[in-house]
Amino acid sequence: MTTATDYTLAELCIVAASQAFADEGEVLATGIGVIPRLAASLAMKTTNPDLMMTDSEAWMLSEPNPVGKRPADFVPATESWMGFSQIFDNVWSGKRHAMLGPTQIDRWGQSNTSALGGTYEQPKVMMLGARGFPGNSISHPNSFFVPSHNTRVFMEGECDFVSSIGYNPARLPKGHSLDDIDIRYVITDLCVMDFGGPDHQIRLVSVHPGISAAQVQENTGYPVFVPDVVPTTAAPTQAQLAVIAQMDPHNQRAAQIKDNPPGDRS
Amino acid sequence: MDKRMTAADVVAQLEDGMTIGIGGWGPRRKPMALVREILRSDLKDLTLVSYGGADVGMLCAAGKVRKVVFAFVSLDFIPLEPYFRIARQSGAIEVMEIDEGMMLLGLRAAAWGLPFIPTQVGLGTDIIKRNPDIKVIDSPYDDKEWVAMPALHLDASLIHADRADARGVCQIAGPDHYMDDWFARAAKQTFVSCDELVETEYFHDPAQARLVHWERSATTGVVPIPGGAHPTSCAPLYGFDVPHFKAYTGSAKDEAGFQGYVETYLGASEADYQANVGGLEAIRTIELPTY
Repeated sequence: MTTATDYTLAELCIVAASQAFADEGEVLATGIGVIPRLAASLAMKTTNPDLMMTDSEAWMLSEPNPVGKRPADFVPATESWMGFSQIFDNVWSGKRHAMLGPTQIDRWGQSNTSALGGTYEQPKVMMLGARGFPGNSISHPNSFFVPSHNTRVFMEGECDFVSSIGYNPARLPKGHSLDDIDIRYVITDLCVMDFGGPDHQIRLVSVHPGISAAQVQENTGYPVFVPDVVPTTAAPTQAQLAVIAQMDPHNQRAAQIKDNPPGDRS
Repeated sequence: MDKRMTAADVVAQLEDGMTIGIGGWGPRRKPMALVREILRSDLKDLTLVSYGGADVGMLCAAGKVRKVVFAFVSLDFIPLEPYFRIARQSGAIEVMEIDEGMMLLGLRAAAWGLPFIPTQVGLGTDIIKRNPDIKVIDSPYDDKEWVAMPALHLDASLIHADRADARGVCQIAGPDHYMDDWFARAAKQTFVSCDELVETEYFHDPAQARLVHWERSATTGVVPIPGGAHPTSCAPLYGFDVPHFKAYTGSAKDEAGFQGYVETYLGASEADYQANVGGLEAIRTIELPTY
């Protein structure tokens, strides 16, 4: 395992995010967006070959499809049909781990994909809508990817609209425990976090090379639990970079984080 | 039984204030020719139930909509639907915002004659807080609370299929029929536009019959309109029209707004519309998207 010295932040994030899927066993890995999709693909190609994946349209694949336009003679490794209605049979069975990029994530791990500002009847900014976030969040493990870690995403207070359930005792449904909620990792352009702090407080898991815990806190609108020892996010290996390049032949990953910075910013 | 009709016949069956389900998903296989016929009509105060895309956006922009039941309204590759945003941000429409899977359950409940289907989806979120009509109930079998997703009763559904026969056997040959079977079953009347009208014998081949997702008793009317999903996709026949969608979303920033889009493209008939977008042959050559 030769560690790379020359790698981009996007590649570092893909490798870090792929760890979320490493020990999941035989579940559907859904990565929405280029970096989460490549993270799931990398895990399926390396650490967890039992993962399941769709082609983002209607078929399950035995091998992930490369991102972007593929050659005319490309044959996807289709293994079964998985239209949108059947996706919910999988979601509600719990055998899935989704990695998504909401617009807001609050201190309880609740997220917002729907609307910002104004009133609910007349929001200042209408976004996508709740999509599948409510069902995902109460049915199976979820992780988040945030390409720009700042206090607008990790804002003070509660999300303007709560699309997904989090560790908020005030909203806990009757008969449920906070431990029923399973938010795994939050991968950002600065660090990796989870909700493993005291009382499910957000916790720093690792900082990316050249980033300090103080920078993470400055860019987060609520307190981050910082353990005594915070490791640096592991650099990609040459083998991992080779798989990423194979899965992303058009280098779409280069357009995912502003200015495509290097992975090591020290 | 001959269920063939025209788009104008379909709109004549619709009334102000009705709840209309629209099949497809975002920019994919929407019954856009039927939507355009509504744009040409004086119908108003509609409640839409849709995995929404430009169908919802256009009807909102044209002032046809009182309420939208939605989990998202998006063109996928253009994430935010411009005219739905304008409608929301101006407070012009009521909404019932739910999860994608809750919509499926609501359609199933309507199809099966149930008042609701219990689910844990929506618990702990603003879906239940912002929808006082969605009740949270106790279970007779455990100590948990559950969301009682109410039936989404539809006065009519509009769907676009690849092929249909005159008796209402409808085929969706693309990789996904989305929730269209449930839209067909949840509605009092279901009107299906199709790219191709075929003889019943076409379905005697089991490989073709396998791509029929609801039985013909759930189809009220069949409207042959080749290219009728444009600018959305109808895989495997054609993809979605990216330049057209860009012109459509761009119009929201122009002074003329949606009226400018309408004047450029809509025309007095589907033939006019297709002439304005380059003709059926051009539609049929639009490349399928890569996901």
